[in-house]
Amino acid sequence: MMWVTWRQFRPQAVTAAAVLGLAAVLLAVTAPHLVDLYNSAGFNACHAACGHVASNFLTAIGSPYRAMFEAFIVVMYLVPTLVGIFWGAPLIARELETGTHRLAWNQSVSRTRWTAIKLGLIGLCAIATAGLLSLMISWWASPIDSAMNFGQPNSGSGFPRINPLVFATRGVAPLGYAAFAFALGVTAGVLIRKTLPAMAVTLAIFAAVQFLVPNFVRPHLIPPVQVTAPLNAYDASELMIGVPGNHMTVVGNFSQPGVWLLSNQTITPTGQPFTGPAGPACQGNSSPNACNDWVNSLHLRQLVSYQPASRFWPLQFIETGIYLGLAAGLGLLCVWSIRRRRS
Amino acid sequence: MTAAIEASGLGKKYGRHWALSDCTLSIPVGRVVGLVGPNGAGKTTLLNLATGMLAPSSGTIRVLGGAPGSGPGQLAKVGYVAQDAPIYAGLSVADHLRLGAHMNPGWDMALAAGRIRQLGLALKQKAGTLSGGQRAQLALTLAIAKRPELLILDEPIASLDPLARREFLQVLMETTAESEVSVVMSSHLVADLERISEYLVVLVDSRVQLAGQVDELLASHQLLTGARRDPATLPASQRVISASHTDRQSTILVRSDEPVLDPSWSVDQIDLEDLVLAYMGQARTSRPDVSDEFGTKILEEKR
Repeated sequence: MMWVTWRQFRPQAVTAAAVLGLAAVLLAVTAPHLVDLYNSAGFNACHAACGHVASNFLTAIGSPYRAMFEAFIVVMYLVPTLVGIFWGAPLIARELETGTHRLAWNQSVSRTRWTAIKLGLIGLCAIATAGLLSLMISWWASPIDSAMNFGQPNSGSGFPRINPLVFATRGVAPLGYAAFAFALGVTAGVLIRKTLPAMAVTLAIFAAVQFLVPNFVRPHLIPPVQVTAPLNAYDASELMIGVPGNHMTVVGNFSQPGVWLLSNQTITPTGQPFTGPAGPACQGNSSPNACNDWVNSLHLRQLVSYQPASRFWPLQFIETGIYLGLAAGLGLLCVWSIRRRRS
Repeated sequence: MTAAIEASGLGKKYGRHWALSDCTLSIPVGRVVGLVGPNGAGKTTLLNLATGMLAPSSGTIRVLGGAPGSGPGQLAKVGYVAQDAPIYAGLSVADHLRLGAHMNPGWDMALAAGRIRQLGLALKQKAGTLSGGQRAQLALTLAIAKRPELLILDEPIASLDPLARREFLQVLMETTAESEVSVVMSSHLVADLERISEYLVVLVDSRVQLAGQVDELLASHQLLTGARRDPATLPASQRVISASHTDRQSTILVRSDEPVLDPSWSVDQIDLEDLVLAYMGQARTSRPDVSDEFGTKILEEKR
């Protein structure tokens, strides 16, 4: 049964190996230069404020490496998706569609074993592919990732690896995504029985999950750090006044590097979000200083919620565990459904 | 001795439509059994129930004493060539043999390779490029080489040209001659089954109309021709299966275990095809409850 699974999967395995090989060559060839640039950027000399060194380095690497950095983020998003669509969805749907399941299920192998070996073997290939690619890219991008960690959150140079955009493309999380996408594809195929619709459903559900998890689940996997501090208007990163003056937005400065900033709110002493109205000092032709003084007289506070850089690995492991658990659940659903399937 | 297929009150319903109903059968082992009936009569349903590809809606079915498709042991005992002979289009002939070897503990590679050689199939050829006949032969080879006790073939030759049909049946007959395997083969044409079947099951409109050994069936039916006469006047021991009349003459097919001695009849033997057609015609024209009663009686008469 292992041989049969392998024989049917061979073309896809060859494709995956080719992609991995190509990526390995590209990354291995360019990595030494990137490391040289990093070593000569002066990170050894800076101890407290490395932000400038980091932004100089990120400028120095030039657009080709910058493009590679971004391209490989895209690749890491695509790999689990493609695994789900092209390995998962057709795996059993194509058998049901072409009727070959009537051949396969009448050999001397129980359907449970047939399904379990297919899921297990190709699932492992999916996990290995995503894992190897993540390992290579995480290794290649480590100079850029560590420079990004010095950058300001939500600024152009501030995509630390805990930031959702990068988080999904580093560490062990892609293993979980690949396993889940694969199991999702197979399940869609088993339930829908048609390859193309199963592919479309896989894409839709996986994209939805990949949108919902970083926005609504991951921030709460570990309760975020919440900091309250008096707001200093002279220090604010944003101060906006609406045209009639009855609406005002003040955003305090938050400059801790390498964190995933979840929210940065300004609240009144009673705990309400501050939305104005702007006082006379902030309207008309009055000076900025007068406006700042008026804002400070309100005793506003800044409420910041974030995940610190040190939580990268705990969040990675928790999320990977969740996705692997979902994948296992879908796998069991497939086995159960195929055991019960008639014709 | 365990029956090859033993069904009792077996039925399969799709929505509100019964694809097979009230099927009671006992097909003995060691025979070549023909399952004949028009398209849509329920042949495939019956065979899918026998392989465990379908679950019955009512009644029970045992195959070689076991529940169909219940596990590797049961699967190993039954070789199945499903309708349209499914094969993997992207795999080569040799790959199919390896697949068979890896998925069946009882696989006979010498037998499989020998058959493929005899058929003149190229091992490297992709199965998707085989002709219909070659495809059916490959599927049959897979089913035979797992060394089953029962071979179930669902319309294996329906789509083949006459030469490929003959070759397929040739291979099948060689196989049954060489081994103890029982065969159940379905077709909508009696002619396909006539040459190889020792036992015949006629399925019409989701019901079994006739089942029995071919020679016994032929011996117990007579075609009576004579002056026009009402079939109702025949003795009770002669059951009328079909009757046709011209102005002066009646032709009546009767089932009777005793010889017809009435000198006013000219008595002829009927051939298998005409016999089956008579039962099919009878099922079509009679009301379902009548044919049901009749079918049940036929089954009760059987050993």
